[in-house]
Amino acid sequence: MAILADAESQILVQGITGREAVSFVRDSLDYGAKVAAGVTPGRGGSDVHGVPVYDTVKEAVKRHKIDVAVVAVPAGFAKDAAFEAIENGVPLVVVVTERIPRRDVAQVLELADIQRARVIGPNTMGFICPGKTKVGSVGGPARDTVKAFTPGPVGVMSRSGGMTTEVCNLLTHSGLGQSTAISVGGDAVIGSTFLDLLPLFEQDPETKVVVTFSEPGGNVEAALARYLKTKGTRLPIVSFIAGSFMDNMPGVRFGHAGSIVEGKQDTVAEKARRLREAGVLVADDLSQIPDLVKKALKQKTPRK
Amino acid sequence: MRFYEHESKAILGKRGVPIPKGALIRSADEAVGAAKSVGCPVVLKAQVLTGGRMKAGGVKFAETPDEAAQRASQILGLEIRGQKTQSILVESKAQVVKEYYLAVTYDPVAKRPVAIFSDMGGIDIEEVAETHPEHISRTHFSALLPFSDFRMKEAVASLSVGGRDLSTLTGILSRLAQAFLTHDLTLAEINPLGKLQDGSFVALDAHIDLEDEAIARQKPLLTEVGMGPEGRQAKERTPFEAKAAEIDSSDYRGVAGRVVEFGGSLGLIIGGGGASLTAFDAVRRHGGNPANYCEIGGNPSVRKVAALTKLIISKPGVNKIAVVMNVVNNTRVDLVARGVIKGVIEAGYNPGEKIVAFRIPGAWEEEGFRLLRKYGVEPLDRKVSIDQAIVGAINKM
Repeated sequence: MAILADAESQILVQGITGREAVSFVRDSLDYGAKVAAGVTPGRGGSDVHGVPVYDTVKEAVKRHKIDVAVVAVPAGFAKDAAFEAIENGVPLVVVVTERIPRRDVAQVLELADIQRARVIGPNTMGFICPGKTKVGSVGGPARDTVKAFTPGPVGVMSRSGGMTTEVCNLLTHSGLGQSTAISVGGDAVIGSTFLDLLPLFEQDPETKVVVTFSEPGGNVEAALARYLKTKGTRLPIVSFIAGSFMDNMPGVRFGHAGSIVEGKQDTVAEKARRLREAGVLVADDLSQIPDLVKKALKQKTPRK
Repeated sequence: MRFYEHESKAILGKRGVPIPKGALIRSADEAVGAAKSVGCPVVLKAQVLTGGRMKAGGVKFAETPDEAAQRASQILGLEIRGQKTQSILVESKAQVVKEYYLAVTYDPVAKRPVAIFSDMGGIDIEEVAETHPEHISRTHFSALLPFSDFRMKEAVASLSVGGRDLSTLTGILSRLAQAFLTHDLTLAEINPLGKLQDGSFVALDAHIDLEDEAIARQKPLLTEVGMGPEGRQAKERTPFEAKAAEIDSSDYRGVAGRVVEFGGSLGLIIGGGGASLTAFDAVRRHGGNPANYCEIGGNPSVRKVAALTKLIISKPGVNKIAVVMNVVNNTRVDLVARGVIKGVIEAGYNPGEKIVAFRIPGAWEEEGFRLLRKYGVEPLDRKVSIDQAIVGAINKM
């Protein structure tokens, strides 16, 4: 099993005729993902790599059973596109678009709550269930994807798209496969945080351990630590938090939009302290992750 | 994008938040007239885009216009957390009986706007949250549904504020929240909001941040405070950083920029966002001496990577360069390799000597690796992690 999707999940790509979408649709199809339909207003009736294009999501969902929509339209149109997917009953919406203002994002997420839809992103590369499907651009071309990602027991969540691949590559080369790897998105406000996705991994019998990649900024790691302390989890967690040099550079934004130190709880030192206190194995160097994962798998101490 | 205090106050004042009478000055001579017009005693506050002014001596009081001029000359030119003070806000000093904290921001866990209210204003709010959590209320509200004041009333009333103060504070917090939503702010903060002897309120300090991504659609707000449509840089760029930014904007393809200058001898060409943080941390952690931070990503052109490489390798004090990225999905390894080699050669150096690490596995790696070997650079493959590549580079320094 995997979380969020499986080999049969039917994917809709909004903005499918855009340069990047054309490219990742090719890669997804090569990997075996079921890209069922696309939407680009005014391009209805055409196709992209054999995938039929419609003018509206409404039309696409009438002809296909859509499990997940990928929003790959420019930032100025992203809110409308996400609204369109949600209002047409798509249960999972992956917003790959970057640079969407937070107010638009907050509105999308509120509508998603009302309609009981889940949002991944924005500013995500998507997610992959190795050997089954991939949604969005994660992993790149299929021949490269299979080098970095293999099926296995590790659930991966990363605030960086590129580091999703990096971390999985590291695991794969240590003989550790992944159940599902999710690029959760680099923005300050995203639809599914570590805290939202952890319960899904907990319910997935295939997942035995979770690895997270974090950056400075935001209160999600602090909230995760609180959650682990109060509720606990059956899954051991291994975390790496990049950007400790930013602890002494408050107010300067590096990397992703959400990566900025504004207060004490935003710093790497504070995040690491809180997570360690909650029983998380925090890696000092990225390359320590596989050993910590192996250690966690051996311990098998249920902490629930 | 952060606004100066005087800009934040002008913006909030126009939207119904009570602000003190004030004047902006840029020289000590102007302080006399400013103090007379706003009325003594006055407070003089350095206008910088950072906190910690009080500790740094950037806030002073004066009883007379002449004293104001004296204090102004002490504040002007003062460096506060790396920023030189170029202007001062002169305000009449208010007689405050109580201080409140009001702020609106986004809560990434709840994914909603949140109004934060405290009756312990004037001090660091994180400290209040730790030591006196019962003196803070956090009230989420909708960014989607029409705004309604009652949420703000709940925020204020939850700290047992009643009577006339409840209505007044509800009004001020509502105006702050509406400005926050309407103008794509990521933070709108009044700390402190002072209650005066006559029962009225005034925002003694204010700080607002505009979302960078929304600058394009908030041009009227920038115009309102006399700023150009492009906004402003958070930190003034060094000439080296400015040149890197120029290289990045010279070509729309990919990113080869976001350079921050440090003083060391190891030049870094690193990316993408998360991997740059990881690689830079590794340099620091393992005793390396970085010359710069940077981010490359997307699919930058050969010309752009070459120009960036040339800039970094030519920087005085730089001996070697390390090129490190995460396993790339969309960036083409061969194009980055070509750019780096070209940049090193154009700068007049031998790639085999200057490049102490080249670790970019991923798309088109075979082609890239072949090219690197041709120029005497042994590429590191995906079995070598980011930090291991950095350690190797440091050992070759």
